[in-house]
Amino acid sequence: MKETVKQIKETATKIYDKINKKKKPEVSVPIRSLGNVSYDPKVGFFELKGGRKKRALTVNTIKSFAQTLKMMALSKNVVENDDIATKREAYYVSKNWGDARFKEQTESDTVMDDIEAMFMVNREQLGFIPEEKGGDIAGNLIVIDKDPSTGKEIKIDCTKFGSGAYSIPTSVEHLKFETNAKFILAIETAGMFQRLVKHNYWKKANCILISMGGVPTRACRRFIRRLSDKKNLPVYVFTDGDPYGYMSIYRTLKVGSGNAAHINKYFCVPRATFLGVTPGDIDDYKLPTHPLKDVDKKKIKDVLKNDPFVREHKEWQRALNAMQKMGQRVEQQALAAHGLNYVIDKYLPDKLKSVKKFLP
Amino acid sequence: MQTKLSESPKEIIYAIDQAKKQREISISEFFTKNRHLLGFDNPLKSLSTTIKEGVDNALDACEESRILPDLKIEINQVSEGRFAVIIEDNGPGIVKEQIPKIFGKLLYGSKFHKLSQTRGQQGIGISAAALYGQLTTGKPIKITSKIGKGKPSHYYEIHIDTSKNEPEIIKDIEVDWNGDHGTKIELQMEGKYQKGKRSVSEYLKHTAISNPHVNLSFKEPDGTKTEYLRVTNTLPVEPREIKPHPDGIELGILIDMLKNTNSRTLQSFLCTEFSRVSSNSARSICEKANLYPNARPGRIAKQEADKLLGAMRESKFMAPPTNCLSPIGDKLLEGGLKKEIDAEFYTSVTRPASVYRGNPFMVEAAIAYGGSLNRESPVELIRFANKVPLQYQQAACAITRSVSKTAWKQYGLHQSGSNIPVGPAVIVVHIASVWVPFTSESKEAIAHYPEIIKEIKLAVQECGRQLNKFVRKQHKVKDEAKKKSYLEKYVPVIGEALKEILNLKDADEKRSIENLKIVLEKSRQK
Repeated sequence: MKETVKQIKETATKIYDKINKKKKPEVSVPIRSLGNVSYDPKVGFFELKGGRKKRALTVNTIKSFAQTLKMMALSKNVVENDDIATKREAYYVSKNWGDARFKEQTESDTVMDDIEAMFMVNREQLGFIPEEKGGDIAGNLIVIDKDPSTGKEIKIDCTKFGSGAYSIPTSVEHLKFETNAKFILAIETAGMFQRLVKHNYWKKANCILISMGGVPTRACRRFIRRLSDKKNLPVYVFTDGDPYGYMSIYRTLKVGSGNAAHINKYFCVPRATFLGVTPGDIDDYKLPTHPLKDVDKKKIKDVLKNDPFVREHKEWQRALNAMQKMGQRVEQQALAAHGLNYVIDKYLPDKLKSVKKFLP
Repeated sequence: MQTKLSESPKEIIYAIDQAKKQREISISEFFTKNRHLLGFDNPLKSLSTTIKEGVDNALDACEESRILPDLKIEINQVSEGRFAVIIEDNGPGIVKEQIPKIFGKLLYGSKFHKLSQTRGQQGIGISAAALYGQLTTGKPIKITSKIGKGKPSHYYEIHIDTSKNEPEIIKDIEVDWNGDHGTKIELQMEGKYQKGKRSVSEYLKHTAISNPHVNLSFKEPDGTKTEYLRVTNTLPVEPREIKPHPDGIELGILIDMLKNTNSRTLQSFLCTEFSRVSSNSARSICEKANLYPNARPGRIAKQEADKLLGAMRESKFMAPPTNCLSPIGDKLLEGGLKKEIDAEFYTSVTRPASVYRGNPFMVEAAIAYGGSLNRESPVELIRFANKVPLQYQQAACAITRSVSKTAWKQYGLHQSGSNIPVGPAVIVVHIASVWVPFTSESKEAIAHYPEIIKEIKLAVQECGRQLNKFVRKQHKVKDEAKKKSYLEKYVPVIGEALKEILNLKDADEKRSIENLKIVLEKSRQK
């Protein structure tokens, strides 16, 4: 944390010196896009290539420049006082900045992401936390947290939530784990998670179930990463069979994103593999489908061409090409066509017999 | 044929019957039935047409005799729906013998038979007004005219005999006139007076724009008096009369010209009666037509005239001379516009002369922009033909078409599709020609000749380019102001942030703010 304050001061000093030498100050920020990341399976996540853009202070950029500096001042203040601010709170603080205030939270979020990238830290290190919920857990796991008021350890048994679930907190760095589960199953939809919880699937398969609820949040990604690292557990991912499930959810969980490449190092789960639903499952399990939407077709074409992760893995190229050829997508819930518990009785056990065949 | 006719006695009887009913139609009778063709469709328009015809004649007369025009126009309400119109000028006056014919006979005039740029063309306007007054009120037109110092001024009251198209003199006396020369007409008519769009006052205002050398005073029925003062003492260039150009001639006219010429040979006929025909080209025309250059023009029969016309059409001639045209002039048009339209920016252009169907013509355009003009409404389009404002049938006019087919977005006005552009502007277009091709006798819209449309487009585009320069400059000034306010707003915020992060002293914060302003100011001017 002290490191962050030091970086903020260094940057501000550089700007201050430039100004008083009557020269134009500038900051340099890594380019945040898929075009500026590389992928090496041995490393396991998207890494930033060197691309940076220099942002000189001119009349046209002065507003965002002023906002960035004010945000840095806020971060320094929060960190020094050992406090936190949610992204929404940071947005409201800006309402005191006169003409430099943000009109929408998306504006302040972008500035926050820029500062993260500039210092190569994550926003928690800047003292900012998101409001978003991390994801739900059920299964053979005891999470060891601290009581916020006394600092005393609390053990949370994730088998004891009945038909409910344990919620991943926004900050997960301090958590410890106890488990004898064999693997982690990360699930896209809350509906599928509910079905598996209801029928105590975690007991049957001796696993930990995690509901991601769409694209996993940073906290969820970090939780899965720490849990799998500490307890050496394989991670299997179960999403809808469409480009969004494959690329936006699975790929982001495994290797991170282009937009936040500066933090991928901490927020990726390189050991994750893909259980399903794969394009091959459509034939193998005779699943009802829907035609691909135009955005799906476009996304497939785009990732085949530009995504370093897909370009690295022939298996994914084959799967995506097969899907493009079929012109069909499939939902997790389509398994219910063979009976509501087909997924528990047949699909998952079947699949788990040959985890080696999971898509990388 | 013979047998056929005798076999159909019924038809013969019918033809003979018809022949009894067939007789000559006098032009005045024709007018009575078709007065809308001349601009007397309704009371409102009739009043403005009358003013228009009177003003056109007065200005033509003044210009021909090189007199700076002073016009007085007065409209008085006599009773409900009835008005008295008085138009008085300081022109050359009219010779006594001519007065009854000019005002009491339709299609009598000096302008129809010659090719030169005048406002009036057919000699139908003022007598039509007189006839309209007579038809609606029964009152005769009253004319006072004086042709020079020491000459008597004559007062006439004239009635038109509609069946004969001949004037009937009701009164003919000598009266007193203050002034050396001039003409005053008074007539009563049914009418309707209105202000605003297409009104008499708008017509006079536009006339003042296109005739910056005119002094005009106008008294409305409610007593309001308006004075339009001249901005120049120079009369417009005197338009010269020209011979017809061979490119525009039609067979009927050619035959008439052949009959009436004084030339003894066909070759000399071609050289003297047409412009831009040399004796060489005259000879080659004759050759092409298989006619002797020495042939007597009067002997050329119809078929040969047809051949002659064909040969003329095949030959190439120089464009007609353009000194027959009298433009307003870009500077004066702009001056006239400045005087009557309150705007920030003015530009104008006079195009070089061009030719349609053998008739030389010239286009002028001007734009006024900004100031008090309405930003949200379509631009006001003011059309002139030979310096006369055109108020009606805007949609049918070649000027409207040319303006709406021009892409105005690139010149700084808004425009959706091919419509009249929207913005705070007035667009003025003037077309001067020895023969303006109107779509009807009421002279309200110009016909769509491609050559004319092309020239109008070029003229308004040229003005558009100047307009765009001005609009861009205006935007730049606005941008500068915006950037300046940016500095004022955000530089202190940067100072404040640096102070918070680095725990600066107030003096250091202030110094940084000043220095940053200097740095940005410097880079802004690059």
